[in-house]
Amino acid sequence: MSEHELVSLTIEGVDVSVPKGTLLIEAAKQAGVVVPHYCYHPGLPVAGVCRMCLVEVEKTPKLQIACATPVAPGMVVRVMSPPALEARKGVLEFLLINHPLDCPICDQAGECELQDYVFQEGRARTRYGSFAKRFNPVEDFGGDVLYVPNRCILCTRCVRFMDHVADDSILNVSERGDRALIGIHGDRALDHPWAGNVVDLCPVGSLISKDFLHKARAWELDRTASVCTGCSQGCNVTLDTRQSAVVRARPRPNPDVNRYFMCDYGRGQYRWMNGGDRIEAPLLAERDGLVATDWDHALARAAQLIKGAAGRTVVLASARASTEALFLARRLAGGSSVTGAFRVEYVPGEAPLSGVPNLALRSERAPNATGARVLGYTEAFDAAVRTASEAGLVLVLDEPLHGVPANTLAGAGMVIYLGTVLPEAARVARVVLPIANVAEEDGTFVNRDRRAQRYFQAKATPGMARPAWWVLGELLAELGRGGPFATAAEAFDLLSREDPSFAGLSYATLGTQGVGLPAARPPVVVPA
Amino acid sequence: MGYPHQPHAKETVVLSQYFGDPEARTYQGWVKRGGYAALRTALARKPAEIVEIVKESGLRGRGGAGFPTGLKWSFMPKEKSKPHYLCCNADESEPGTFKDREIMRWTPHGLIEACAIAQYAIQAEVTYIYIRGEFTEPLAIMQRALDEAYREGVLGANAMGTGKRLDMYLHRGAGAYICGEETALMNSIEGRRGNPRIRPPFPAAVGVFGMPTTINNVETLAAVPHILNRGAAWYKSLCLSNPKSTGTKLFSVCGHVRRPGNYEVTMGFPLKDLLYDLCGGMRGGRTLKACIPGGSSVPILNREETESCLLDYEGCATQGTMLGSGGVIVFDDSADMVYQIMRLARFYAHESCAQCTQCREGTAWVTKILQRILAGDGHQKDLDLLLDLSEQMTGKTICVLSDSCAAPVVSGIRKFRQEFEAYLTGARRPAGAGVAV
Repeated sequence: MSEHELVSLTIEGVDVSVPKGTLLIEAAKQAGVVVPHYCYHPGLPVAGVCRMCLVEVEKTPKLQIACATPVAPGMVVRVMSPPALEARKGVLEFLLINHPLDCPICDQAGECELQDYVFQEGRARTRYGSFAKRFNPVEDFGGDVLYVPNRCILCTRCVRFMDHVADDSILNVSERGDRALIGIHGDRALDHPWAGNVVDLCPVGSLISKDFLHKARAWELDRTASVCTGCSQGCNVTLDTRQSAVVRARPRPNPDVNRYFMCDYGRGQYRWMNGGDRIEAPLLAERDGLVATDWDHALARAAQLIKGAAGRTVVLASARASTEALFLARRLAGGSSVTGAFRVEYVPGEAPLSGVPNLALRSERAPNATGARVLGYTEAFDAAVRTASEAGLVLVLDEPLHGVPANTLAGAGMVIYLGTVLPEAARVARVVLPIANVAEEDGTFVNRDRRAQRYFQAKATPGMARPAWWVLGELLAELGRGGPFATAAEAFDLLSREDPSFAGLSYATLGTQGVGLPAARPPVVVPA
Repeated sequence: MGYPHQPHAKETVVLSQYFGDPEARTYQGWVKRGGYAALRTALARKPAEIVEIVKESGLRGRGGAGFPTGLKWSFMPKEKSKPHYLCCNADESEPGTFKDREIMRWTPHGLIEACAIAQYAIQAEVTYIYIRGEFTEPLAIMQRALDEAYREGVLGANAMGTGKRLDMYLHRGAGAYICGEETALMNSIEGRRGNPRIRPPFPAAVGVFGMPTTINNVETLAAVPHILNRGAAWYKSLCLSNPKSTGTKLFSVCGHVRRPGNYEVTMGFPLKDLLYDLCGGMRGGRTLKACIPGGSSVPILNREETESCLLDYEGCATQGTMLGSGGVIVFDDSADMVYQIMRLARFYAHESCAQCTQCREGTAWVTKILQRILAGDGHQKDLDLLLDLSEQMTGKTICVLSDSCAAPVVSGIRKFRQEFEAYLTGARRPAGAGVAV
């Protein structure tokens, strides 16, 4: 039988055809029905223990769990029939009898599947009466994870993640019967580099993040699709923001990159996105130092400097800059006498997630190093810094210039600095142009597997800062070499027209999950 | 035989023939009593022929479910591409059941022989005999017999001199009732937590260590050498009622009878005769109130049902209960059914593996309600609540532990409702101090 053989069945009156072997719970999604569930997770082995996804299958005497029942031809499945609803109502009641119902102080409230399904199809009042509820104290599992056993519904997602995905069996189910709870290895902490995923996997507020503890309520958060900046893996993430501050990053499913997971290092990346040390206005070098100005004056001055520059141009770029900005910066720098360089922190050793192929915290700790390489930048950063003093123009693109002595760039003809913060070494710049960071703009990164992936603006830029693609587009327009761009998509369109590595791609084709670049080609020479 | 009593004339002594005979425990003693002849016969035949004979005999599983044994064996892959395993379920933990214990205590070589035959029939390399952890004496006896069997060349690389390899290991459980459930037993053998697995896949496809596996109860297997020695027709002829239930069955009778113990009778034997003749009737001239005929997991029978129940799979079903494991628990008119049912529920609440929500939470909740009723704090609506919870706990979980907790509750309330009502109305006073609740 072919692997792609389709099976037709009816779920809640909707006819669907799905590949043979598909589980009912997945087939139901095709029919537009989410079967309520707790223990099932598409990224974990099936456990079939919560018994929440019980559905009625015609010609089958007992209710079946949708998470462990494969489709069969001609099956007629009822998710919302009275027996199925009654059974799930029973499960919900059982889950609640020992639950503390502390939603008002629970971090999960608002994004809690227990809360959601109880409101959706649970019983309005308890029949448990005056019996004491099970009590166990909160336990610090180590890493970023707190365990609140009283809220636990024993779905075992966390245990299965550690056993089968992380391949590090730190967690287990301890005790039996209604005394059961999640236990942790006596000599270990939950410090696996990917352990934070248990917090996302937990459908209730039992495993919670210490970092996010009591920081925000779920309903106050705005969620934005983004790409992790921690390394060159390019895990798809969701940035949760509250009042223009990123408060949390969580994995965004992408079957080709990170499935449902992200590492703890990546989770911590959001912190720098909220830095308060930002440049908030364009600055011009005047007699008494850098002076704030408006964009018109700053752009005009920068364009004038570029027009008047003679000799070699050096672009010192950050591998955190968007592909669009990297492309436009080289284009702005002009013809053949351009040196484009970036640098990346390499941390020896990778931290793989063994249950997912080709997924690891990479030693290359920047999101867009591959994008920079594709666009002709090299890692000869120190050499580029040395040549900067003889260059006619030095364009810095959000490179923090750590370790670059303050006077190094002083000899350079002209320094135009596009950045989020102003390091000492950049104070010699003639023009400082404040730009957005990854959370504040739309853009793309190219991950280590040459997959171009979009990220979206999650919060407002501080002060007058603008996306680098906008700033560079304005400058190109002043010079009559393209631009300006109203959106990042327009900037990307120019890139895809001009650079064969990106040929045929657009924001529409990249979507939210990205697309691999066409096969590697020799680096392109950016036209003058 | 009605060990420790002398055999009763109405018994059909097959498996229990040597109960109480220490010499039968030794290799020499077993051979002298005709032991290992069936294994020799078996090894000279094709495995499929043995499966056919067992199918023909009508032998059905004695662990509780009553699944036809030969049919179960025939589910093993015919074309062998992976190692096969046989598991002998000796984790006899069903409250009220103690027949396998006596088989292991008195006829260890009989069980080893039986396992070896079954192992050969399903083409398994290895048999695991999973013995309940609390069975220290049966374990020691089995280990001694197993060592002897290896020493005498019954097992090992050249089993019975046939050049065939048969290996057998004893695995001692750690005291969990649920490990008697066949898939939990496999997990336990693998060194995992004894949690039942979802089926499918069934053990014959994916069993212990992921390999095709057959799991049989001790008593089921113990019948196999006799079937080979005396023929399928003979075994089939052991039938007093329904032809679908053949052979003999050991009943472990406990409770308020004069002579509790193990009794071996032909399938279809009247429960009434078992209790009143073989067991000598109720102790102290009291009258029978209720009986659980198949271990604690099956519905309770009242007096009338007990007295008209025939002891085979169909006869029990007719009375709305199950033959189960053959653990007969007898209650006389002094028994407090509410307390008895609470004790059963409390057992299941203690033993629930905690996987399925209904079982984990339901068994404990049901126990609490029953304890509340016993303490005189019950509400009128508690009985409806118990019945509703039992409904939620039936047929909705991975294994039947939850159903087993619900069965006595439902049948108890249905048949002894007045005893519950007595507590609820205050007509019956709560049990005083000293009575464990």
